Amino acid sequence: MTRVVSVFLPTLPTDRIRRADPSIPAEAPLVIVARSGSKRWLSAVDANAAKLGLHVGMAAAKARALVQGLHMVDADPAADLAALERVTLWALSQYSPVVAADPPDGIVMDTEGADHLQGGEELMLSGLVNRFRARGLPARAVIADTWGAAFGLARSMRAETKVIPTGKTADAVARLPLSSLRLSAEAIVSLRTLGFKTIGELAATARAPLILRFGPEIGRRLDQMFGRVAEPIDPIRCPEIIEVQRAFAEPIAAAETIGKYIARLVTKLCLELQAKGLGVRRTDLIVHRVDNTIQALRAGTAKPVRDVVWLTKLLRDRIEKIDPGFGIEKLCLAATMVEPLDDKQMASSLVEDATVDVGAFVDVLGNRGTYRIYRFAPVASDVPERSVQRISAVAAEVGQTWPTVWPRPIRLMDRPELIEVMALLPDHPPVWFTWRGKRRRVKRADGPERIFGEWWQRTSEWTAVRDYFTVEDEAGERYWIFRSGDGVDPQTGSHRWFLHGTFA
Amino acid sequence: MAQNAANAIISDLRDRIQHLEGTVARAKTVLPFGVREIDGRLPGGGLAYGAIHEFAGGGAGAINGAATALFVAGIAARTKGKVVWCLARPDLFAPALAQVGLHPDRVIYVEAIKEEFVLESFEEALRFGGLGAVVGEVVRLPMTVSRRLQLAAEGSGTVGLVIRRWRRPTEAGDFGHPTAATSRWRISVLPSDPLPVPGVGRARWLAELIRVKAGESADFVIGACDDQGRISISSDAADGSDQTRRSLHSG
Repeated sequence: MTRVVSVFLPTLPTDRIRRADPSIPAEAPLVIVARSGSKRWLSAVDANAAKLGLHVGMAAAKARALVQGLHMVDADPAADLAALERVTLWALSQYSPVVAADPPDGIVMDTEGADHLQGGEELMLSGLVNRFRARGLPARAVIADTWGAAFGLARSMRAETKVIPTGKTADAVARLPLSSLRLSAEAIVSLRTLGFKTIGELAATARAPLILRFGPEIGRRLDQMFGRVAEPIDPIRCPEIIEVQRAFAEPIAAAETIGKYIARLVTKLCLELQAKGLGVRRTDLIVHRVDNTIQALRAGTAKPVRDVVWLTKLLRDRIEKIDPGFGIEKLCLAATMVEPLDDKQMASSLVEDATVDVGAFVDVLGNRGTYRIYRFAPVASDVPERSVQRISAVAAEVGQTWPTVWPRPIRLMDRPELIEVMALLPDHPPVWFTWRGKRRRVKRADGPERIFGEWWQRTSEWTAVRDYFTVEDEAGERYWIFRSGDGVDPQTGSHRWFLHGTFA
Repeated sequence: MAQNAANAIISDLRDRIQHLEGTVARAKTVLPFGVREIDGRLPGGGLAYGAIHEFAGGGAGAINGAATALFVAGIAARTKGKVVWCLARPDLFAPALAQVGLHPDRVIYVEAIKEEFVLESFEEALRFGGLGAVVGEVVRLPMTVSRRLQLAAEGSGTVGLVIRRWRRPTEAGDFGHPTAATSRWRISVLPSDPLPVPGVGRARWLAELIRVKAGESADFVIGACDDQGRISISSDAADGSDQTRRSLHSG
């Protein structure tokens, strides 16, 4: 089963011009003018121009008459294609081993077995759209079971991202307009004349009369959209990718055999990487089956790696994801994303403790997609929930720790829970408090430890105050509670009490 | 307890049997607590490396696992090397770990998206080797799984520390089922050391050694970990801490 992501870049030609020429003001309308014969017409309009009523296909002279100060740029389809190819190559290194350009305005990729590296399908899509937007490229992305469905949905929806679950394609595409079916313009016009509006209507019609009138193209496109006919993506490869492959005289299928050849390919790949002084961040195993379908496995590492055992384990861990079908005729191993990795001298002195590199362990778990692996690092803030940040597990050592003057609870709640108390204001700990329906008498208490709001974070914290107390009840259970406010001035907080953590 | 030095004949026999069995000649090392009363009760004089040890909380500690986590953090702080902490409920507050001597650079957190995956990462970490200690916050620990973890720990020589932490107080009865852990502890909170002035003194815990291989169970009243992760036998003997006493919560 494949999972196809279709990315639609609606305004790629104008965005490309804007990126190349920052002197065009952001609010100025920009259009691209194409020439066919003596006719000059708009081949692309950006969002500003679209708001002013310009649309693709309009005569250039009319547009100029309608809008004052219109920026017009001559069309350059070759440069557009080159820009699309650059974006595609970038996506290849980031998202999936099987990526192809979908000209004129899209990218298509098969992310089966690679989405876990981005935290799942939804996070992958939103991350992708956000990264495109940060580069000034509005994008829409859909993941579905087939290329046809993802293509159609990406070009007809309003939302930025959409995940169509496996097996729900037919429902999702039923209401799409005919134009999302990748047919020629004439065919769509004639279908409209016959009264067809949506793909659902077309799919429910008898096939034979359609074929008689329009030829086999409509049936083929429908079958591709519903997944009845395979539509392989021909992945792009750039020449500088280091790739090793092995073709088999007889197709192989057993897991042990695949494992054996993975080990041999990794050894070959590492030799080539060593010759160039590189380490690999993303390794793709591309499996060509005898029935002419392609599967891909992607293994990511947190740091550049050139270790045969390590890489072999990462790939072998996921052999069970390969469906050999009738047999595998070719295995390809590509180092899609590489970084420089210099040779390092290992410790050789007698007394030095061998430092263990935990990178291998982090990668093994990280590639399973069911774990978040991180370290905590101190942040200079007195507010407890802001004093920690998550950093990468293999980041360089921070060396710093938190101040140990004040006791801190071992368990801290996500959000403090409201408690009922009886306490003397302004600076006494409570006499008793009720938390989760149980009333506890306070035997001993320490405090207050006053923590001020951080006005540089939010202006509403200008006067905010929290007074923290450590309290111990009769059973010896110790809690960290605070009062919002200083006990005198109502501006400093609501003067309600909260339980924030548990001491040991 | 006469098992440490007194019975030379038995230890000699044990050595000879081990020699005959041809098991790997691995140095059986232990991690001592540095407290004579506790180390004396443990075979070898401390918590064995290459084994898993199980810790549960008493009373409310069965759910929040606060005292248990800090006790375990103290043990992990006294090992060398990186510590992997496998968990599913990310409510651990790292500054408290730093206060018992576990530097933030040493701890790698492996947060599973579901409770079920914690054991898988725990085993993977134990098999990796080269880590100082592996800590796992686990709800269910059936016998088969614990034996598997024990074998993983024996293979790499890493010490595995299991924190049992349940969702509801009624589930805590699960601790009654046997597991293959080398030692099993229950840590409950006690009222803190009294101070001459108002305030909260050093925290005290009741550490019950419920089961230990080749040893007998015992109870200790201990003072909480200091900034090096060391515990101490509570100096205040007024409440009969030298006597074995059942926990308030164990029933």
